[in-house]
Amino acid sequence: MIRDPRGEGRPLKVLAAMSGGVDSGVAAALLAERGCDVTGVTLKLWCYGSSPVSPRACCTLDAIDDARGVARRMGFPHYVVDAEDVFRERVLQPFLDDYANGRTPYPCALCNQHLKFGDLVSRMDAIGAEVLATGHYARVSRDETGEWRLERALDPAKDQSYSLALMPYAALARVVFPLGTLVKDEVRAHGRRLDLTLWDKPESQDLCFVPDGDYAGFAADKLGETRGTREGAFVDGGGREVGRHRGIFHYTVGQRRGLGLSGPQPLYVIGIDAARNAVQVGPRESLGSPGLETDSVNWLMSRPPEPGTRVEVRIRSHHVPAAATLEAAGASARVRFDEPQAAVAPGQLAVFYAGDRVLGGGPIARALQPAA
Amino acid sequence: MIYLDHNASTPVRPEVREAMDAALGDLHANPSSLHREGQRARAAIERAREQIAALVGARPDEVAFASGGTEGDHAGLVGLAWAAESRGRRVAISAVEHHAVHGAGDVLHRLGYTIEHLAVDGEGRVLTDAIAALPADTTVVALMLANNETGVIEPVAAAAAAAHARGARLHCDAVQAAGKVPVDMASLGADTLVISAHKLGGPKGVGALIVRRDTPWEPLFRGSGHERGRRGGTENLAGIVGFGIAAELAMRDLAAESVRLAGLRDRLEAALRRAAPDAVIHGAAAPRLPNTTNVSIPGARSDHLLMALDARGIAVSAGAACASGAVEPSPVLSAMGVPRALAVCALRFSLGRTTTAADVERAGAGLTEAIHAARAVTAPAGARP
Repeated sequence: MIRDPRGEGRPLKVLAAMSGGVDSGVAAALLAERGCDVTGVTLKLWCYGSSPVSPRACCTLDAIDDARGVARRMGFPHYVVDAEDVFRERVLQPFLDDYANGRTPYPCALCNQHLKFGDLVSRMDAIGAEVLATGHYARVSRDETGEWRLERALDPAKDQSYSLALMPYAALARVVFPLGTLVKDEVRAHGRRLDLTLWDKPESQDLCFVPDGDYAGFAADKLGETRGTREGAFVDGGGREVGRHRGIFHYTVGQRRGLGLSGPQPLYVIGIDAARNAVQVGPRESLGSPGLETDSVNWLMSRPPEPGTRVEVRIRSHHVPAAATLEAAGASARVRFDEPQAAVAPGQLAVFYAGDRVLGGGPIARALQPAA
Repeated sequence: MIYLDHNASTPVRPEVREAMDAALGDLHANPSSLHREGQRARAAIERAREQIAALVGARPDEVAFASGGTEGDHAGLVGLAWAAESRGRRVAISAVEHHAVHGAGDVLHRLGYTIEHLAVDGEGRVLTDAIAALPADTTVVALMLANNETGVIEPVAAAAAAAHARGARLHCDAVQAAGKVPVDMASLGADTLVISAHKLGGPKGVGALIVRRDTPWEPLFRGSGHERGRRGGTENLAGIVGFGIAAELAMRDLAAESVRLAGLRDRLEAALRRAAPDAVIHGAAAPRLPNTTNVSIPGARSDHLLMALDARGIAVSAGAACASGAVEPSPVLSAMGVPRALAVCALRFSLGRTTTAADVERAGAGLTEAIHAARAVTAPAGARP
């Protein structure tokens, strides 16, 4: 797993991205234990002074101390690097814009794309690092033709390949994922064996910058966002108002809870029309969609696949991939599912798999409508 | 490793280590004890007190030992303010003071005092004319002797004269200046002055507050009669012994060492300008410490450059760090009017007793490489592969 492109017998120089969580800490520690020359970096993404402190959040002052503690224990240098500007511009702002436009953003992919595999990869040369290591559960390999492949982790429960779909193809040649062949219990066991104080830290579930999961509150209180917070109409399939909503920011396609609507059958959010400030609701059957179109796609292959390629598509991070056919594949993609899929939410990623390999992915632009 | 961060802390001198080792091994009694063993311990402290007094042109009985610069600044500023409380509850602090002085100001603010800030010019020198215009209830002015980030030497004597002319006292943080340039309390006109051992070849965790005789001042740490009632707490004996030796050696070497360091500093700055012709040296037109260079390399953010230099075995400082350890634009440079884009590129090189000409030579070569690497990182995201 540890490549030394220079083959001079000296230790591989690694830049390790460390969020302060168990995974990235153990990943860095394992490489140090195997003799790599590791430099740890924690990106400071957010002004911690004002963010809520939660043990489940990975981007707090405590988390930075935890990352530093791993570096101290393993005896390698560690730095904190201010990436607030890039984070705000490339992750937070698109996150807000998406919500305001009635979409359901997936900021983790943008953070991976711009911060970890953008900013950090460019930082490798500054310290002479040959590879970047992160704690993601995914695998990278190279086939006999020289083509790099991003693959799912061996542990399907932890697989994070979905969140990596926007990383640049060229970066695959420069990254290692030490946890890609491990399961979580093994990772914690390594952390304990190496005497890392963070080995039993709770897992983070929510977005690192919104540890309590209240995205709308975060946007309004911390960022002064006013778009998407205006009350408006719930409408049914025929466009009739069936109730009042609290602002489109609070809703996502497929949502059933918290709508405050009563009817003969449960109602779901079917679509969000930001221009009309309307949230369309309907019964479960109307959630299904035969396919989708994406915005621009990031291909993790040297050439985009041919139209007609059979793929499996994952439309949100814990979605069971659905068999589908790529009808068009280039700068953007259109896919048709073998079976209709529920809750195709614009803004989430559509990620294309061929077996374990990630072919690429892009934000969902729109769900295709069933043929009349 | 080429260590160019002597303003943060400088190696302990071998003679200091020997003296401290001897003190730890031999002087176990409490210096306040009345028996002969206690008296031997007391004698060691009093010897050090004389050495410190000599370094700053004070009398030994004006020297009170403390835990370091931060405590000294708190005791000095707060103690002067308390003693003058009947005349007002306002103090003035220069905008370029060390965090320790701003921290002492926060304590006073918490107690209901008003804190004024004194502006500096583009070279970082405080505008002393503003002292005369301070509100009438201002009782203390705080101005450092040499700035820790830029090395710029402040017009302390002029500030003290202006403060005294209106009945205010002057507190001077001389932590970064002591041992690098002559410090003389009398000619400075300071009423209280602070120095720290680890900036001049002594150990960490010990410093001194010097309070001029007849200056109204109240202690911060009370409860026992240590240090003639000026600082409660059993003395850090070994540290104080080491501090004394370090002060004596620093004074002995000061004239020759400051000439040698200024020469090396000039060579380093020449190398910097060769590596980056657009480099901006902050405070370059003002009188500065002989060992300090604060420079911005446009387009090379200091956190990137610090990592790149560290990877090449060159240790420097990136100025201020926030609670997380991330580098932030320095408030000192902001006060000098340095634009943010330039301030986030500032690095401090500070030379010291162990710095050699070969170090400076090698640092110059490493710099060229590191600047190139850091600029590549700093380039806008869109330009990246």
